[in-house]
Amino acid sequence: MTQAEAKNVNVWYNNFQALKNINLTFEPNTITALIGPSGCGKSTFLRLFNRMNDLIPKFRLEGMVTVNGQNVYSDDVRLDEMRKNVGMVFQKPNPFPKSIFENVAYGLRVNGINNKKILEETVEHSLKQAALWDEVKESLKKSALELSGGQQQRLCIARALAVQPKLILMDEPASALDPISTAKIEELIFELKKTYTILIVTHNLQQAGRISDLTAFLYLGELIEYNHTKKIFLNPDDERTQNYITGRFG
Amino acid sequence: MNTKQLKQKTAFIIIGTLSFIVVAILVIILGFIFIRGIGVISWEFLTAMPKDGMTKGGIFPAIVGTACLVLGSMIFAFPIGVLSGIYIHEYLSESWLKKFLRMMTNNLAGVPSIVFGLFGMALFVNYLSFGDSILAGSMTLGLLALPVVIRLTEEALKSVDDGLRLGSYALGATKIQTIQKIVLPIAFPNILTGLILSIGRVSGETAPILFTVAAYFLPRLPQSLSDQVMALPYHLYVLATSGTNMKETRPMAYGTALVLVTMVLIINFSASLLRRRINRKNKMV
Repeated sequence: MTQAEAKNVNVWYNNFQALKNINLTFEPNTITALIGPSGCGKSTFLRLFNRMNDLIPKFRLEGMVTVNGQNVYSDDVRLDEMRKNVGMVFQKPNPFPKSIFENVAYGLRVNGINNKKILEETVEHSLKQAALWDEVKESLKKSALELSGGQQQRLCIARALAVQPKLILMDEPASALDPISTAKIEELIFELKKTYTILIVTHNLQQAGRISDLTAFLYLGELIEYNHTKKIFLNPDDERTQNYITGRFG
Repeated sequence: MNTKQLKQKTAFIIIGTLSFIVVAILVIILGFIFIRGIGVISWEFLTAMPKDGMTKGGIFPAIVGTACLVLGSMIFAFPIGVLSGIYIHEYLSESWLKKFLRMMTNNLAGVPSIVFGLFGMALFVNYLSFGDSILAGSMTLGLLALPVVIRLTEEALKSVDDGLRLGSYALGATKIQTIQKIVLPIAFPNILTGLILSIGRVSGETAPILFTVAAYFLPRLPQSLSDQVMALPYHLYVLATSGTNMKETRPMAYGTALVLVTMVLIINFSASLLRRRINRKNKMV
């Protein structure tokens, strides 16, 4: 079964074509890294899967994007329902100015789940999955803003896990963090692969090499190469990929 | 010292001096009113009715009148203003409509207050036959406060980090949930400050109440929304320009000015205090 798919995808912002005829499929329980120089369209591509691009004026899409076999851009899709199935972690940790508990419970509450027992269980389970539970279990009522940057990012991951998505989108989740926090996040992502399918945009090529199974290289809106990470890094087919990963441009 | 440093120093001194002049003007005005006005301030002045052609007694009905008008204008302006601000900032995309609404809001803020007064008289007093009343005066003052409330609400919403909105959407929240649960709680202290600052503005206005509610001399408290009232700014105007015995009423005028200025200052200070407290509490939740 395919977890997510982009078929003949073209994207425009006004007259600028950001993505050109992209075809990609993502299998369950894999980590796929999206790499490429700034402005190559990798974030745009990532945000197709939970329709975050809808918020950008003059955004236009051709082609089909599916998650769990459902076309997320079809007219009968309800955005809030659809986004429950797709978790997202942003570049800058963005915890809500609420307690740690309420941050994780937020996704459940907005979906109408207010049962105390369910909330408590889910919060604990999600924080454990995000490897944050041991650090915060005594202080769930404390403001999330008092956590360190790395802890905040793991909290945001826990928050995304709480609504039990299948697919998780990560937009440079470790780029604002120090090396130790980054290592923790990477470890966590690797662990999450058992349960989830993960798409991760990253500028950090070592990071892509360490954690991903597959890597897609985008350049100027085109998908240049998509293959097993090892193959991309050791023996890419395309010269542009070779140039990028050896640091000759980007 | 070289030229570059000299320029730097000169600029600093000029800017610094100008800032001090601004503060000094405020201090002089306040000091002047305080020295001239403090003599008549007494318990009686604050709590008694005016008598003997307003040369004796107090200004109690004017204080109550201003309080009524301020409260009434906020009940009118706050919900409409805040909801409009939310609509303009959260719901409208960048379009001609948004630009148009913004422009009109700014224009409304620039309309002279006497025009609001005449409009209020034409619409509320005459056309809707509210008569000279607290209702008509409050609504006129509310109109005056409306653009301020709208603009400050917009500013407050603008200062909420977009990353939080996106984070909320990504978890399956709808727009209205995001506004209710994330955006408004964060923006609330700033909206509240905007509200209180507009109270400060409204409480000192004379022109809008001139033809809609204010009474020259009415030594009793209002019984209903359709009553006229005395109000501090208008009372001050009366005492200073058209009393029956100008010499005797002069100290009363300074006393009234002192009460009015003190009220506005207290309101403004409480705004910043309140904001600081809520901000601190928000962080601790």
